[in-house]
Amino acid sequence: MSHAAHIAAIRFGLGPRLGEALPEDPREWLEAQLDQEAPLPPAPSTADGLRAHAADIEERQRNGGILPGRGQVASLMRAETLAWAERRLTTVQPFRERLVDFWVNHFTVSRRASIVGALAGAYEREAIRPHVTGRFADMLVAVARHPAMLLYLDNAGSVGPGSRIGQRTRRGLNENLAREILELHTLSPAGGYSQADVQEFARILTGWSVARAQEPFGYLFRPNAHEPGPKRLLGREFGAGEEAGEAALRFLAAHPATARHLATRLVRHFVADQPPPEAVRAVENTLRETGGDLGAAARTLIRLPQAWEPPLTKFRSPADYVLAACRATGLPTERAAMVLTGLAGLGQPLWTAPQPNGWPDTAAEWATPEAMMRRFDWAYTLAGRLGRTDPREVAAAALGPLARAETVTAVSRAGSLRDAITLLLGCPEFMYR
Amino acid sequence: MTLRLTRRGFLLGLAASAAPGRTRIAFARTAGERRLVVVILRGALDGLYAVQPYGDPALAGLRAPLVLPEPGQEGGLLDLGGFFGLHPALPTLHALYAAGEALLLHAVAGPYRSRSHFEAQDFLESGAGERLTSGWLNRALAGLPNPAEVRAGIVIGGGLPLLLRGQTPVSAYAPPGLEPPAPELLYRIAELHATDPLLGRVVGEGMRARGFAAQTLGAPSTEERQRRAFPRLAAAAGRLLAAADGPRVAAMELGGWDTHAAQPQRLAPALHALDDGIAALREELGPAWARTAVLVITEFGRTARVNGNTGTDHGTGGVAFLLGGAVAGGRVVADWPGLAEGRLLEGRDLMPTLDLRRVAKGLLRDHLRLPEAAVSLAFPGSAAAPALAGLVRA
Repeated sequence: MSHAAHIAAIRFGLGPRLGEALPEDPREWLEAQLDQEAPLPPAPSTADGLRAHAADIEERQRNGGILPGRGQVASLMRAETLAWAERRLTTVQPFRERLVDFWVNHFTVSRRASIVGALAGAYEREAIRPHVTGRFADMLVAVARHPAMLLYLDNAGSVGPGSRIGQRTRRGLNENLAREILELHTLSPAGGYSQADVQEFARILTGWSVARAQEPFGYLFRPNAHEPGPKRLLGREFGAGEEAGEAALRFLAAHPATARHLATRLVRHFVADQPPPEAVRAVENTLRETGGDLGAAARTLIRLPQAWEPPLTKFRSPADYVLAACRATGLPTERAAMVLTGLAGLGQPLWTAPQPNGWPDTAAEWATPEAMMRRFDWAYTLAGRLGRTDPREVAAAALGPLARAETVTAVSRAGSLRDAITLLLGCPEFMYR
Repeated sequence: MTLRLTRRGFLLGLAASAAPGRTRIAFARTAGERRLVVVILRGALDGLYAVQPYGDPALAGLRAPLVLPEPGQEGGLLDLGGFFGLHPALPTLHALYAAGEALLLHAVAGPYRSRSHFEAQDFLESGAGERLTSGWLNRALAGLPNPAEVRAGIVIGGGLPLLLRGQTPVSAYAPPGLEPPAPELLYRIAELHATDPLLGRVVGEGMRARGFAAQTLGAPSTEERQRRAFPRLAAAAGRLLAAADGPRVAAMELGGWDTHAAQPQRLAPALHALDDGIAALREELGPAWARTAVLVITEFGRTARVNGNTGTDHGTGGVAFLLGGAVAGGRVVADWPGLAEGRLLEGRDLMPTLDLRRVAKGLLRDHLRLPEAAVSLAFPGSAAAPALAGLVRA
């Protein structure tokens, strides 16, 4: 067994799944996943989520402020989170799923804004998945127009001071989305924008809102909230109107600083916490030469020699760790709830990033003493709840030639099957991807 | 078999899936008031260390570093009638012995001679010299009434050991939250991280923060949390079993026994945890303790000789404990083979002189009062190992 097959499955994928063969040609296997997305099962739309949310509010009002039962949003979210875990347990396109998760995290929405719980699954399907191997600009537009993002970063209520509503009421501009798009999603501070740019961009985006309690239960442009007149963003002039927002987003997507920022984040995720400059340049060049083709960028990542050098050095985030462990031990999809409790127990509950910059992507943030001890506790708990599982098979699947001799020895000498699997899931090799 | 999380009244936790269409052997409602708890010590307890035959003249020559002072001396063994002494980390067991509620069985082993943990545990739980797809305790449940509202059998802790796997559905109790591994296992994990440039330091700090003195082999554990984990589970088992309409047969597991090195330091916390667990179980069972038998077993014993690291390696003959108000205790049951050179199995292990199946069969017959057919179902092909009589009070 070559190292490359395991690296492909671990670094680029979600970790090998027990009982599944590793690819003969790892690079080809990864590339093939970029062609077309495996079909998704039917799932709720954004409109379904908004309706559920509105229904809960109505029900609560009817009952004196208390929601009887769990409510529609809670049921919807439970189904969505389970589906999230099930798909990642058994996907045949783990690289593609990793890219989805990367971009969802890049464009973080969080349940810390409660309505996002009803929309996060639909957000992933509607704004991220269609563009994971498409154009970054299209993804950016889809994200900025999605109710989950408009509500999470408050643009839905942003009102141009000179707009009809602005003139009539005391409501005004909300800079949150505009600022985060500039700072986190596109240019980054290295792009050299000013506070004036943030405000101008916020004016451009006024009116991009959401019909959350009535038809169309989705994105809605509100002309009465839109700031009239031309605006100047990074030296370029944009006119008034809904379409100026899209033009500004496409302008930002094409900015050289955006290519650099995205390349840095991609290389940090797939290669090293300290991204090697030549690897960043390679991805950056691809993005610039292809007009922001994310599929092409993914292909460049696969071809980076730095991504294939053992030992693996990217510390697994809690979500990576839990998924890898559950896949390595062959956890059946009926028990996908264990993935979700694992994520929560290890400090990365699904769709709950504390801030708009998403979950961290470096060891310094995740590899803390108590976090490691909790991983061992969790691994032991998981190992106790598995059916009969042969630790040698798990070791061969999970790590193959990447397992050190002392780990193999420790696993084979463990006092019980449960201890053996705990040792395997607790060993340092399993902590990295 | 899969486990599914459910919550039902006090029976928090797991419920093993039911297998419909099972043919139950029809018997009277024999379960009644008698409780049976089986505790598996995974990793192979060194029986010669826990129950030391200090009266055997060959003992010190084989394992001087592991021999504790004789009874009456400081830090000495707790006497069991002049020949055997109990490790001082087992004061509850000793008190039970004094009260006639502990039976210590020595030089016992299952019907297999495997020195692989994984294999031997499978055989121990299968109740046979081979691996079966169900456990003997599950098969024994076939002889008990097993209403769907409250299953006769329950597994305590996160897992579903082979011992209780099989056709008869069982319920399960698992405490909420994560279950920390035994200190022994944590040390092994920490050792694997020692050379990692990033994680070596991080895990070392994590261990210290949890009260482990150092990330070194054999460092004594002051970890209270771990010491309490098993007693907490045992207390939960006691509460569940004490209920008038609760389960009657429970299985538990406890790790941390595979002491290839630094055995005295590493075994003390595990022995304490076991001892505290028995105390907690007894307390929570209350009056039901009088009708309870607790069988403590391990997959094999360990080498008679100490190895080069003050530890012991995989052996054969070992100990089993039988505890409870229903037990005809206050005795050590041993057909002692002796430790002299020629008496050791293959020149290295305590020679087993009692088949563990005889003990388990004796409990099923005399304690759970299962008819002969049900006992045979639990232990197929064991005619050569007849039920041992006199384990429980009439």
